[in-house]
Amino acid sequence: MAAATVAIVGTGQAGFQAAASLRQDGFAGRIVLIGDEPVSPYQRPPLSKSYLAGDSGLDELWLRPGSFYAKQEIELLAGEAVTAIDRAGRRLQLASGVELRWDHLVLATGARYRPLAVPGAELDGVLPLRTLADADVLRKRLDEAHEIVVVGAGFIGLEFASVAIARGAGIHIIEVTHHPMGRVVSAPISRFFTDAHRRWGAQISLGTGVSRILGTGGRVAGVETTDGRRLPADLVLICIGVIPNAELAGEAGLAVDNGIVVDPHLVTDDPAILAIGDCANFPTPFAVGRVRLESVQNAVDQGRSVAAHIAGHRAPYDKVPWFWSDQGDLKLQIAGITTGHDASVLRGNPESGHFSVFCFRAGRLIGVESVNQTADHVVARRLLAGDPVLTPEQAADESYDLRAHARSLAAR
Amino acid sequence: MPQITYVHPNGTREVLEVPVGTSVMRGAILNGIDGIVAECGGEMMCATCHVYVEENQLGKTPTQSDDEKAMLEFTASERRPNSRLSCQLVVTPELDGLVVYLPETQV
Repeated sequence: MAAATVAIVGTGQAGFQAAASLRQDGFAGRIVLIGDEPVSPYQRPPLSKSYLAGDSGLDELWLRPGSFYAKQEIELLAGEAVTAIDRAGRRLQLASGVELRWDHLVLATGARYRPLAVPGAELDGVLPLRTLADADVLRKRLDEAHEIVVVGAGFIGLEFASVAIARGAGIHIIEVTHHPMGRVVSAPISRFFTDAHRRWGAQISLGTGVSRILGTGGRVAGVETTDGRRLPADLVLICIGVIPNAELAGEAGLAVDNGIVVDPHLVTDDPAILAIGDCANFPTPFAVGRVRLESVQNAVDQGRSVAAHIAGHRAPYDKVPWFWSDQGDLKLQIAGITTGHDASVLRGNPESGHFSVFCFRAGRLIGVESVNQTADHVVARRLLAGDPVLTPEQAADESYDLRAHARSLAAR
Repeated sequence: MPQITYVHPNGTREVLEVPVGTSVMRGAILNGIDGIVAECGGEMMCATCHVYVEENQLGKTPTQSDDEKAMLEFTASERRPNSRLSCQLVVTPELDGLVVYLPETQV
């Protein structure tokens, strides 16, 4: 075991965590952490929040200082791309021409921004927000932008919009569905945040797509919508989701279906290759079937799980998913996966600005979405970690002590 | 610059100069102190930057928010009356000399 090499492809939160946890768990072999971004591993969430707003700097982004990697004997190859996986020879081909032998391979390749396939998408000022480099460009452009069109009302688009509007820019959000964040939140939460953004001054066009992006002299000047309107813009943010980076795995003959397909232990078709984080498509008890999750929690817990697996402590991955989003003065916290719920109840009054939506499927609690209501979020994570026995009536009754309820279940 | 002392479970002490406005958590991360994990990066979504504040210094630490109190339910090590999330201990000149004890485990 001492001579074994673990190669980790991807220097995001998942890859970083796998490397750090391997050492923490006492793994004594070689660890090589390879990523195509030319910087040390950093946190992505602040890129659309405090870092974008200029409220935090680079120092607060790094997951660990540069000295950490040498101290932990983690070989960090930043700015290096992997071009192929040789499964038979257990080698990686790197863009620099180097070959790297491995005994265990962890794919933490993440996801990349999904471009908008319309004429004009190549114009200067049409920008993504995924990487530190993207955020640095946007920070500068935000200083000069007056009229911004945000294409896509997911977490990133709405977080960006709340930062930009606070800096005085005019914001028009275009969303092709009728439900902002609708892929991941219930209807009441979607409506609540839509109303909040309108109150803050954003214009929002739902059920609207982009037919083309207009420009003058190579620079963006506006957006033409599918309903024929022309919206002026000096900056257009494209945030219509991501594409999992699964090509490397696919070319190596591993199963790929909305991400790299893994089993309950996060192992691919090849027992020596694992996949974690945004790129991994895995079965979970917290949803019907398989999921691919884009979150810090998923990256960190799966990183820990594969480190334990490689160290010989094998257990199915079963951590409660959680997510958060900061928009203006609102903090949205989600425990579990609420997609596919067939009933929901409110706890608290949305007008108070502090409330939760408890989501059920077939009578069973599957997730809770909380707005400025951390106490409910904490209870939800506790409940979902066990058998979440809770009725909709109990959830909706504010006089019912959920904390005591969660404790009594845990004590059983 | 204010000095913050981090005491490991085995009694080892590390003294850091942490700039005013920086959290006790970030001070530890930037200086590679083991024992602070901070997996959410200071967003109060986890409880992996848990510390025990020196009892007689509790009075000079910032007041606990309801969110911090709620999230302290997730500490991996025992929660005590002097438990804090170190991401919420933003260093001020008054915190010079603060001593925090790192728990046995954060996860």
